[in-house]
Amino acid sequence: MSTMTPATMLKRPERNKGGAKRQLSPAAKRRSLTGWAFLIPAAVLIGVMMFWPMFQALILSFQTGRGTNLDWADPLLFNYDRMLDDDVFRLTMTNTLLYLVIQVPIMLISALVLANILNNPRLRWKSFWRTAIFVPAAISLVSYSLVFRTIFATDGLVNDFLLWVGFIDLPINWLGETGTARLVIILGLLWRWTGFNVIFYLAALQNIDPTTLEAAKMDGAGPIRTFFSVTIPQMKPMILLTVIMSTNGTIQMFDESYNLTRGGPANTTMTMSHYLYEVSFQNNPNFGYGAALSYVILIIVAVLAAIQMKVGDKRD
Amino acid sequence: MTDVTTTSARPKAGEKPLGARLRSAGKYVFLSIVALLSIGPLYFMVVSATNTTQDVLASSMLPGSNLIANWQSLTEFQDVGSAMYHSTLNAVATTVLALVVCSIAGYGFEVYHSPNKDRLMWVLMLAMMIPFAATMIPLFQLFADFGLINSTWAVVLPAISTPLLILLFRQSARSFPHEIIEAARIDGLKEVSIFFRMFVPTMKPTYAAAAVITFMTAWNNFLWPKVILVNPDYQTMPMLISNFTGGYVVDYGALMLAVLITSLPTIIIFFVLQRSFVAGFTGVVK
Repeated sequence: MSTMTPATMLKRPERNKGGAKRQLSPAAKRRSLTGWAFLIPAAVLIGVMMFWPMFQALILSFQTGRGTNLDWADPLLFNYDRMLDDDVFRLTMTNTLLYLVIQVPIMLISALVLANILNNPRLRWKSFWRTAIFVPAAISLVSYSLVFRTIFATDGLVNDFLLWVGFIDLPINWLGETGTARLVIILGLLWRWTGFNVIFYLAALQNIDPTTLEAAKMDGAGPIRTFFSVTIPQMKPMILLTVIMSTNGTIQMFDESYNLTRGGPANTTMTMSHYLYEVSFQNNPNFGYGAALSYVILIIVAVLAAIQMKVGDKRD
Repeated sequence: MTDVTTTSARPKAGEKPLGARLRSAGKYVFLSIVALLSIGPLYFMVVSATNTTQDVLASSMLPGSNLIANWQSLTEFQDVGSAMYHSTLNAVATTVLALVVCSIAGYGFEVYHSPNKDRLMWVLMLAMMIPFAATMIPLFQLFADFGLINSTWAVVLPAISTPLLILLFRQSARSFPHEIIEAARIDGLKEVSIFFRMFVPTMKPTYAAAAVITFMTAWNNFLWPKVILVNPDYQTMPMLISNFTGGYVVDYGALMLAVLITSLPTIIIFFVLQRSFVAGFTGVVK
């Protein structure tokens, strides 16, 4: 199980080998049809609610017009061409990738460290620590965004605390400046999602074969060496899963941008999905351009997932 | 993490060397800081729900006596009852349908597997990589064509069948002993009955985990309901609190109360089913 990845997970352990299955008996045939009947509703729903709209969006991205009055764009790549000169789009792409490269590594490393501390059988008050660390994962994204908006207001809790301690003399306009507003988004993401990943890592830690840890100890490896050479390799499939999940989540992030900073100041914290929403459903909806924007998001997700699978699949 | 010290052997059982003791103390200090940062914003949310706007902005960390007044000013302009009703309806309908559809599919993929079904499974797993953003506009058009804007169906249908849940149930079907199925067949039980009477009762932890994930995702969903539920009469709790700050003056006490109400159902469910959530997920990636 050491190098299982989502790709290898799909391969099944062989159960009934041999060529005896070539000719299906009537009972087996009926059973096979029952099987199809069992999975058809789910398959049709995924087809209609995910694959069909995905292809439809591609067609739409080559069209222009307002509302339902859509026609082929002339030139066909008009919407994609327009993107190249769209400063707001470029800005939202920079913002989104910035959140990705800063937040995801910090979050996953913190989650690994926390999971490892929480997994220690001799740790006291374990269920209290676990509960405290997990609880943000139960809060809706809109809720926490509004709490963070309140505590990072100019006359909010964070400024009051910093003033009281004496770290600052004047309140900071957290959400009014680009740098600090981006920082608040990243802090929010860390707060909301670190515990969520700890859950997954704890589950993975419990699957680790204890004899390998014993063996490492007998070979004279210290705790840090053991962690990197024995624990981490066995957690690889779970780490890969969390990397893919958080990458996808960050690239599609909408709720925080919309509720915590409203994309401001001057769009400098706005994410791609937020901009897509503005283009497609606000003021003057433009479905064709929105669809083209959504395809850029799709391509980024696909490319990053492919890279991550490739790197994660490498056997060393 | 075992405390291994290279400098000295353990003097006596139960008495740790100084370095190990310091390290252990540091661990507890670290955990305390993390726990404080983790719970802090939530504690502030809870106490602020009982405070006036002035107290919230003065960063009062003590419970106040303004809870009822906050409730009154919240319900004066906002139909909290209706938003709670719609949130609950959407989340419960999604959860029930998703559990039925995905578990029977996961079971079907595993128990009746064939090369073609495995190929279909692989294709469905690809859908995990489709960002919602890329399907949102055509989905909106689809539901608009069928006159389903503002309907529960429009909120629920795209969320019923998810690759993750199918995978979760297929993995749990893999650990389900095949002998039970064979024995039931010999006893003359129909295939559907085997699923409902044998598989479902044994897989309660998986169902619990799936229910937690689906309910929380559905309850917290914001972007799609915001797109498809155009009429404010159908808005959900996350939409209600998001619109709340739109005015000129924000009543922070009432806002924090609304935020608290929105968060309570998921917090309760999370804690009631926390154990089975972790247990259910351990199986997926095994």
